[in-house]
Amino acid sequence: MTIMKNLTLGTAFAALGATSALAGGHACAEGRVSIVGNEFPAIQSVAAAALECAGDTAEANLTADHQKINVAGMTGNPAEYTTAIVANSSIVALINEDVIRSLDDLVAEHGADIPQQQLITVDGKVMAVAFMANAQHLVYREDVLEQIGADVPTSYEDVLAAAQQIREAGIMEHPVGGAYAAGWNLAQEFTNMYIGTGGEFFKPGTAEVSINNEKGVEALEMMKALSEYMNPDFLTHDSNATSAEWEAGNVALMNMWGSRTGVLMDDEGSAPEVYENTKVSGPLTVGDSGVPATTLWWDGWTVAKNISDEDAVATFKAMKAGSSPDILNDETMSQAVWLMEGFQPQEVNEGVLASVAAGSAPYPMVPFQGLLHTALGDNIADYLQGNESAEQTLADIEAAYTAAARENGFLQ
Amino acid sequence: MKHSTFFWFVFPSVLLMIAFIALPIVSVVTQSLYSKHEQVIIVVENCGPFGCTQSTTVDQAATEALRAEEPLGKWAGLDIYKDRNHLAVNEVASAWVNSDGLPDFGRTLMNLPFYSAMAFTLTYTAVVTPLTIILGFFIAIAVNSVARRLRGPTIFFSLLPMIVTPLVGSLILFWMVDARGILGTGLQWLTNDPSLSVKASTPLMWAMLMVYGVWHSAPFAFIVYYAGLQTVNTDTLEAAMIDGASRWERIRYVVIPHLVPLTTFIALIQLMDNFRVFEPIVSFAAAAHATSLSYAIFNDLGGETRLLSSAAATSVLTIIFVAILLSPVLVRTWRDFGTQK
Repeated sequence: MTIMKNLTLGTAFAALGATSALAGGHACAEGRVSIVGNEFPAIQSVAAAALECAGDTAEANLTADHQKINVAGMTGNPAEYTTAIVANSSIVALINEDVIRSLDDLVAEHGADIPQQQLITVDGKVMAVAFMANAQHLVYREDVLEQIGADVPTSYEDVLAAAQQIREAGIMEHPVGGAYAAGWNLAQEFTNMYIGTGGEFFKPGTAEVSINNEKGVEALEMMKALSEYMNPDFLTHDSNATSAEWEAGNVALMNMWGSRTGVLMDDEGSAPEVYENTKVSGPLTVGDSGVPATTLWWDGWTVAKNISDEDAVATFKAMKAGSSPDILNDETMSQAVWLMEGFQPQEVNEGVLASVAAGSAPYPMVPFQGLLHTALGDNIADYLQGNESAEQTLADIEAAYTAAARENGFLQ
Repeated sequence: MKHSTFFWFVFPSVLLMIAFIALPIVSVVTQSLYSKHEQVIIVVENCGPFGCTQSTTVDQAATEALRAEEPLGKWAGLDIYKDRNHLAVNEVASAWVNSDGLPDFGRTLMNLPFYSAMAFTLTYTAVVTPLTIILGFFIAIAVNSVARRLRGPTIFFSLLPMIVTPLVGSLILFWMVDARGILGTGLQWLTNDPSLSVKASTPLMWAMLMVYGVWHSAPFAFIVYYAGLQTVNTDTLEAAMIDGASRWERIRYVVIPHLVPLTTFIALIQLMDNFRVFEPIVSFAAAAHATSLSYAIFNDLGGETRLLSSAAATSVLTIIFVAILLSPVLVRTWRDFGTQK
């Protein structure tokens, strides 16, 4: 009886697999496909399409903690994950640990139709295929700006002036928002601001950090000036908490991720007054450097090094299918700024597109940027709380980074 | 018991302890003595959807040979322990020479990550451990005098803080003390200060973490004391009553002496637990105000580039400090054991 059941089940699964393969319309190669990646709607769409192509033995592990497991999961031989979906910051760890392979041969053989702009190359070798772009940019409340008669801010100086007017008019006590939670988020805001001042993080061609300068001080001072108009709890507000503040109608101006604006502009979780008046605009500038104070991000997929060639081909084909123009439909179109052909920009995407058009810098793909990011996240709060001077904070960041970089072999 | 019987009796436990406690510690100690190989950095051109940029990358071919030769990494000895992110030997020495009096030296010390983490960890341990013991004792006394029918439910509710997962328990408190939460608004009303925010103030954040710590671990002390209370000699208690001892005198002269050995046990466990304070810092998003050694380890491993040797060194330091902290209690237990013989 059990055998009978297994047989029937097996046939049912085989039939299911066959239909899904047919439905996808792809002829995918045989082999093991296992995906690890972050979890948000756009990546779920990509993974779902890739799994559909790869058949019923393929699996996907999508989690916000992906970067804690992807290196470990790709170090073994054979690797547990045949592909990792990463961004321009997290690909660096995979390159540093040498766990992903060059895609040159696979692109030549199976991916000649992938547009050049989607290929991520390091030293001429294709290391990843990007499928979407992301950036932080201004989100504002149209009705509040109308009330005070201000134009849409284009610089952080404008934001400060508008915030002052909003507070004086008694509309909001803390009109500015921002993901300033101590740690990764706060470090990201500094990275944006420091790039906006035209600063360079490292001495060219070396791992020696150089942020303890006028531009570093300028970036910190602007962050502190902004924080005066934020909810006093700002050091505990990550992107989620900042979005919640926005939806509660407590904030009128903030620098926010493009991938999160869809949630703010839909009719769930906030009053009509809030979501109808939520508008996006381009990146902000700081000072007179003319460089936008934001960073551009891409999300893309890689192929593990420690797997057989057969599995690598299967993975490549499945992921290519997952990020092909075929996945674009009414539902997925607004999930991201897709890099595939056939993408039609939606209203929520305007901010990211404006950031790209403004010539913003991509987040640095440097082997030791992650170490600096951690050092920034651990130390900036001291300055924002008024415990020490900007110069002292920058010196602390440099010292913390230098110790970590020495341990990692980047500095002697 | 014969020696061979004893050996075979404890053998499985010893084997498991070696496999799951001793060997991992050996591995962590080893890891903390090595750092990564020198990485050869080259300038390359990176291209992507946003154009091409000059950038740096690690020359894998150049470091591969080194890695194959010494897979553990480069011998670092105690360098990692002594660097700025751990014991900061050089920084402390120069601060001692250059600082303008003790308060200035203290400020420099608190600016170093290891010492500021230690400051919070030790304060937390020193405040939470005794308060847990005192509170647990009084809950036990109170529950013990509740009518027998109601005791079951009372015990269950008293244990709830310990049953609730630490992350969830602290998240609930975190939301309640928000400036717009019930406790946060209550505090503003009490102090008549509408701008008061627990999450924005370092002293209040410390206080909240400690209140949470006591709330979370008091049930442990309570249940141990409650078990102990069931074995108090009723004859002695009745004799004390006949002699005219008040309720407080009975507790002071009969119950407390009976429970002292349990206090040693609770103190031992609580010192260990409190020194490893971690979850509340994560769920209170308190890293801007308070860090602990366990949080430092988490932080080293959670970044985009993992700092394995740094995390290992902090782990070893944690083990050493727990051992130092427990030594008085252990010495006491050892002495008690000796006198019993």
